[in-house]
Amino acid sequence: MGPFVPEIISDQLNLIVALLLGLAFGFVLEQAGFSSSRRLAGLFYGYDFTVLRVFFTAAMTAMAGIMLLGFAGLLDTEAIFVNPLWLWPTLAGGAVLGVGFILGGYCPGTSVSAAAIGKVDSYFFLGGIGLGVFAFAEFYPQWQEFYLSSALGPLLVFDSLGMSAGVFALILIAFAVGAFAVTSIIEQKVSAFAPSHEFNSRRHIAAGVTAVLIGVVLVGLPDRKTYVLELVSEPEYAREHAVELMPTDELAFRLVDHEPSILLIDVRAPGDYAALKLPGAVNVQLRELFAKEWDMKFALRHQKKVLIGNDEADARTAYFVLEKLGYENLAVLEGGISKFRKEILEDNGFVGSGGRHDAEVAEFRAEARVTINRMIGRCAQ
Amino acid sequence: MTEQPTKYMNPYLAGFLLGLVLLASIFVTGRGLGASGAVKDAVVSIVSSVAPEHAASSPFYGPYLENHVETPLKSWLVFERSGVPIGAFISGLVSDRLGLRTESGPRIQKRTRWVFAVIGGALFGIGAQFARGCTSGAALSGMAVLSVAGFVTMLAIFGTGYVVAYFFRRLWI
Repeated sequence: MGPFVPEIISDQLNLIVALLLGLAFGFVLEQAGFSSSRRLAGLFYGYDFTVLRVFFTAAMTAMAGIMLLGFAGLLDTEAIFVNPLWLWPTLAGGAVLGVGFILGGYCPGTSVSAAAIGKVDSYFFLGGIGLGVFAFAEFYPQWQEFYLSSALGPLLVFDSLGMSAGVFALILIAFAVGAFAVTSIIEQKVSAFAPSHEFNSRRHIAAGVTAVLIGVVLVGLPDRKTYVLELVSEPEYAREHAVELMPTDELAFRLVDHEPSILLIDVRAPGDYAALKLPGAVNVQLRELFAKEWDMKFALRHQKKVLIGNDEADARTAYFVLEKLGYENLAVLEGGISKFRKEILEDNGFVGSGGRHDAEVAEFRAEARVTINRMIGRCAQ
Repeated sequence: MTEQPTKYMNPYLAGFLLGLVLLASIFVTGRGLGASGAVKDAVVSIVSSVAPEHAASSPFYGPYLENHVETPLKSWLVFERSGVPIGAFISGLVSDRLGLRTESGPRIQKRTRWVFAVIGGALFGIGAQFARGCTSGAALSGMAVLSVAGFVTMLAIFGTGYVVAYFFRRLWI
């Protein structure tokens, strides 16, 4: 399952892949006509919308690909880098880039591809970028405060708009296809040499319809929560991934000890939780584990998060979900609350395994039973 | 618009292929494609070799140098970036577009074009720092992963472009 970042060690095959990807990037940029500054600038004057076509088609191809690969379980979409937002610096920086685009006629990637085929102006542009970076670095103390302001983190656009990724993808694809159609009409009016004069309209309409249909498919894909829950509930997933179990006696010991470094997360139904609430336990349903509100609470690395279900099954699912969400130091209560109740909370007469610690275990459990039941009684009030 | 434009690839096909390259990069490295980072790395290494003391004491170069030890991802990027001009060269070769040329609007001199190319590049150098990437790294790759930052960058770049395009129309038309 991709991405493979951590596995990238100086393996020569990986470097060849890197070279080939860069090569393909440069090749496609040049073939698209991005090595021509006049063509790039045409976007802003209506005589050539190539940039819009290539740019949006590329973004949507990659977007749809990510979603489909994620759905197929080939790509861990959670592990993909989402560029964080610094709102005001990004708006200001983007505006500066916009002016730079009009004046310079290139952007950094396209200027490299132009330089490779001998466009003289692109060398001036590349030199200019160097000067700009240098100026930024030298005056960094002056604008550091602004540079680091309004940090909002890696926001996802569909989350911020309160819709599913699929719905947003469909809207975006439909918008882009509409924009392609409208800009082709504009372009043909503005210029007799516009590239869209040569387009085969029947084939382009078919492509546009296909793109929108793919968008409809994306809407139908299950949302992330459903997908992750289903993925980790599969027997195969459980076979491939181990969980750390916490024995009932260990949990009892830690509870009796009032150890602050454990956090009990009870994933049972609210009714079950209300009937028997272990000291300090929070009740979180499986689907609620994804919520951002737990970020602060679960992210404490030194605190062991003990997942508690009726038996082990739900707690294991919760364990895998939290693990996927990036939380560490997790454990599943062995045998779930039913085993804990039988062995610790109720006196069922301890039957030892004949080992030499039997007597100590029996004694410990008897004490723990009294203490924890008293704690629960106090908590229940 | 007097000369017949050179034959380029159909833009939708090119966009689709570019999208596949981007997807492949994300699939392998977990990150999209970037371009401005390469110039940044070059400037940092030039400054730190020409004026090592200045670089070490600077609040910009200092942390950058400390954080950028040789990682596998970094050598990956070096190889990826060196592929870009090679690929573009091959493309120019097969499509017969190689040759030293300056492209500009019909109403300006070569020299004017060069001056504005430097200014435009400098604006990209500065703007890409604030926006945390350029058209490819922040806007294109950001949109592909559906990040708010990607869309904000894209809107800011092209929105501003349309606003100021009128004032600089002499450069291009």
